Amino acid sequence: MPIKDLSPELAPDLAVELGLKPDEYEKIVDILGRVPTVTELYMYSLMWSEHCSYKHSRKALSMFKSDGPRVLQGPGENAGVISVGDGWAVAFKMESHNHPSAIEPYQGAATGIGGIIRDIFTMGARPIAALDSLRFGMLSEARQRYLFEGSVAGIGGYGNCLGVPTVGGEVYFEEAYEGNCLINAMAIGLMREEDLTRAVAAGPGNVVLLIGSTTGRDGIGGASVLASQEFDERAEDKRPAVQVGDPFEEKLLIEACLELLGKKLLVGLGDLGAAGLTSSASEMASRGGVGMDVDVAKIPARELGMKPFEFMVSESQERMLAVVEPEKLAEALAICGKWGLCATVIGEVTDTGRFVVRSGDEVHADMPAATLAHDAPVYDPPRERPSYLDAVQAFDPFAELELPGARGLAGRQEPSGESAENAGSADLGETLLGLLASPNICSRRWIWEQYDHQVMLNTVVIPGGDAAVLRIGDTGRGEMTRRAIAVSSDCNGRYCYLDPYVGAQIAVAEAARNVTCAGGDPAAVTDCLNFGSPEKPEVFWTLYEAVRGMADACKAFDVPVISGNVSFYNESFGRPIYPTPTVGLVGLLDDVERHCTLDFKDEGDVIVLVGESEAELGGSEYLKVEHDLVAGCPPALDLELEKSVQAAVRDAIASGLVKSAHDCSDGGLAVALAESCIAGGIGANVHLTDGLPPIASLFGETQSRIVVTVTDKAAEELVSRLIAAEVPFSVIGSVGGERLVIDGLVDGSLGDDSGDGGNDNDGRLTLVGLVDIMVDDLRDAYEGALERAVRGEVRS
Amino acid sequence: MADYEIFVTYKEGIFDPPGVTAERALANLGYQGVDEVKIGKYIRLSGDVDTSQVTEMCEKLLANPVIEDFRIESA
Amino acid sequence: MRFGVVVFPGSNCEQDVVHAVRLLGFEADYVWHQDSDLDGFDAVVLPGGFSYGDYIRTGAVARFSPVMSEVVRFAEKGRPVLGICNGFQILTEARLLPGALLRNRGLKFICRPVHLRVDGSCSWLDLPMGTVLKIPINHNEGNYVCDEAVLSQMRENGQVVLRYCEKDGSSAGAGSAPNGALDDIAGICNERGNVFGLMPHPERVVDPITGGNDGQAFFTTVVRRLAEFES
Repeated sequence: MPIKDLSPELAPDLAVELGLKPDEYEKIVDILGRVPTVTELYMYSLMWSEHCSYKHSRKALSMFKSDGPRVLQGPGENAGVISVGDGWAVAFKMESHNHPSAIEPYQGAATGIGGIIRDIFTMGARPIAALDSLRFGMLSEARQRYLFEGSVAGIGGYGNCLGVPTVGGEVYFEEAYEGNCLINAMAIGLMREEDLTRAVAAGPGNVVLLIGSTTGRDGIGGASVLASQEFDERAEDKRPAVQVGDPFEEKLLIEACLELLGKKLLVGLGDLGAAGLTSSASEMASRGGVGMDVDVAKIPARELGMKPFEFMVSESQERMLAVVEPEKLAEALAICGKWGLCATVIGEVTDTGRFVVRSGDEVHADMPAATLAHDAPVYDPPRERPSYLDAVQAFDPFAELELPGARGLAGRQEPSGESAENAGSADLGETLLGLLASPNICSRRWIWEQYDHQVMLNTVVIPGGDAAVLRIGDTGRGEMTRRAIAVSSDCNGRYCYLDPYVGAQIAVAEAARNVTCAGGDPAAVTDCLNFGSPEKPEVFWTLYEAVRGMADACKAFDVPVISGNVSFYNESFGRPIYPTPTVGLVGLLDDVERHCTLDFKDEGDVIVLVGESEAELGGSEYLKVEHDLVAGCPPALDLELEKSVQAAVRDAIASGLVKSAHDCSDGGLAVALAESCIAGGIGANVHLTDGLPPIASLFGETQSRIVVTVTDKAAEELVSRLIAAEVPFSVIGSVGGERLVIDGLVDGSLGDDSGDGGNDNDGRLTLVGLVDIMVDDLRDAYEGALERAVRGEVRS
Repeated sequence: MADYEIFVTYKEGIFDPPGVTAERALANLGYQGVDEVKIGKYIRLSGDVDTSQVTEMCEKLLANPVIEDFRIESA
Repeated sequence: MRFGVVVFPGSNCEQDVVHAVRLLGFEADYVWHQDSDLDGFDAVVLPGGFSYGDYIRTGAVARFSPVMSEVVRFAEKGRPVLGICNGFQILTEARLLPGALLRNRGLKFICRPVHLRVDGSCSWLDLPMGTVLKIPINHNEGNYVCDEAVLSQMRENGQVVLRYCEKDGSSAGAGSAPNGALDDIAGICNERGNVFGLMPHPERVVDPITGGNDGQAFFTTVVRRLAEFES
């Protein structure tokens, strides 16, 4: 029997202190049939925290469809796994490390990488790529620059050492993330289908082996303290809870664990992440329907005088838990020894179904293992549409702002007397340069050049494009294939703030569009849902709507959600972040040679805009940069149109017709054209005949648009395919020269020097120059902007 | 048992990027009059070893004589 | 022709080197750092990575691995040894090559393709002087230093094989090094020319689909010149 170390009077107080609600405490007493011990309370409080149990989000998450013909492993394991053909499979997952990074950016981001990589090789897969989705406040603030630089350095410092290429990701800078940055890390692993491993304990009598680093007090209570509460001004005091990463130890763990699995020496393997040993051991035991008996006195300690509960909840990094048959133990230990890893038998699998924690002969916890992992209460929190939405959505940029050239919009006239000079190309050119230099759009080269993005020799399309493309191959095994995957992570938090349902749909659509532009066929999704406190009805409403949006979009694209993570309590001083449901999407290519990139290639290539521009400016980067506004409705999304646009472009790429493809997203068509010019080092001549106001035509962020180029000869073939597929498109120009020149058909009055006006109704459209800029000048604006901002040379 | 404190610094003339960066950052923060910042390593070592052994350890592993100097203090 | 690729704990480019060598049609196998037998290998490569986490200093611990005394003997016999990135750092720590590699001047890890000018020749590279290659670097400590006397001696002996330069081959020695390396040094060999260390990663550019083929020459050259080392 457990020792009685808590009096019935004191136990409820400790429970509250550990974040358990009174009825949760009562449930524990019911389960145990007695007052819990200190160790038990700690263990339950962590396993039943939001971070480990998803008690607030579980019901909403059931909207996701997570099965499909390719799915080998859906949610519920350390990572999801899909088959990619020829017996190969990829495992992937995204996870947040927001709160630790806000306290100590280098270590927070580094250990975030460490954790997600462990999730991957736990499945038996060799990690082959990482992506990072980051959010910070504005770089004009010194603290934000510190967080941003530190996080990037931490990701590089850890990932580079592991020899896992960091191939993509995204970053946004918005005031809403000022007190609560987001570090979402995604990792992908490759394996043979038959090597799929699950974190399951089985076989009473088998031994439990702790492999890797020693156990200290670091990160104690991380899951509950950091990830499940809001931030406040005492954040600095929580520094001891942040763990320090050791990428060298992790590299050795990868090699040793893959060798142990390859030699079939393990029954099951789990990693020690949030809630440490408590989580991995109880989950492995409950999955296997067995019990586990652990002796903390056997755990190699980093510090003297550690208490049993401290061993059980420590979040010391770089540790793995393995279940081994006794007769294979010697060989397993020898392999750990070869890699210089500490490996210790700390317990055994039992047939009791109970999780027993002892220190020598003293029992400190004894509970049904499954109750830790599966009996957390499930809540259905109230939700309420936030009151701010009406106000922001009512904003109509065309009606309320003096936009240059707004008169081009059919049926919407500016007051007469408005001068026409706004439409001058100098203004629009300056606007384009301003957008290209915006921290949310400019080149991310400064970031990804700090990451090894090539190791393993499979990176076919490096960062900087729409999606990274990785050849499926294993240089270690000497097996290369013609297959490839394309990967992208996306979420425009601003859209989600303005309309979480549409914004989340767009996150999925854009990730799929990016993958499509690389030639990939969207196959499966992982996600990281970053929100404020679920206990606030207005916040929970945004989560529910975002999940509904993602679920609907994923069903439309027929992509299952195979893994994911929820991060709540992303608030500071009571203010929630933008709802940020980050989507990580993996697509497949049958032939790696048939991948596509965004750069314009050759003089004379024909530029085709697949899709159709609308007069949409809500939530745009244009509004933010030029008018300091985050308002309006985000662009509309028609999932059927989106699917047909993507399918048409994908087919054209697979047929070898397309020379470049680039998604129109933040900053609109003009930014997309500029990026293709910069990447290709060549100009373009473009004529826009959409009849929209130039601002909308150039910088509106209408969805479902892809800029593709084809040779002069192939243009006819592409056009007939698009017509056959009933996909809207327009041939908008050609590649060539050293300048990006954009003309537009606008309302005649705008191009009229006399400015006599009064011709709103005659439909007289005139071709006027909108943009005319040297590609070198575009590049100067685009390439150096982030580094200038990091140096603090840019003021908001 | 003996305790040693070992200070490893770059040799004179070897460029010290962290030191120079700290120097500039201090100036940016408004601290005038800082002529030079040098950043090195601090190693604490305890055990049943004498100074000559520690010296050998430094020459062999803990410092690189091509670029670094070291100084040993008994704590 | 058989290459031995040494694996230290923390190496992470060994598989890439083996793959590159095999792709070019030669044999390659791993050599575990605890092994002390290089018999049967015609050339040895110390690959990139973070041996022992690069703790203490890059390469400082790896040089004491058992295999390194064999590598020293192998080199003394005039046989070809190549150190790439972390391998180069290990070769300097082992004193098989002069100088040392400090942190990049900008204090940032750099992964990007760079232009390199061929300024010398060795067992691993004998392209015409002035040839410009494009090969990626991927390091945090590539800032080469040595003292004046060593530098002038290396120049005299033609030991500076590769210098960072601009696209057209200009500015080598005039500040083209992205990491601050002395005299823009990217790769050096020993006096005899059989031990060669460089910061860029030739194994990353042997296949056009992953970035180019300017790295092929390093492996093909040593194979072509193998007979010279058979004494």
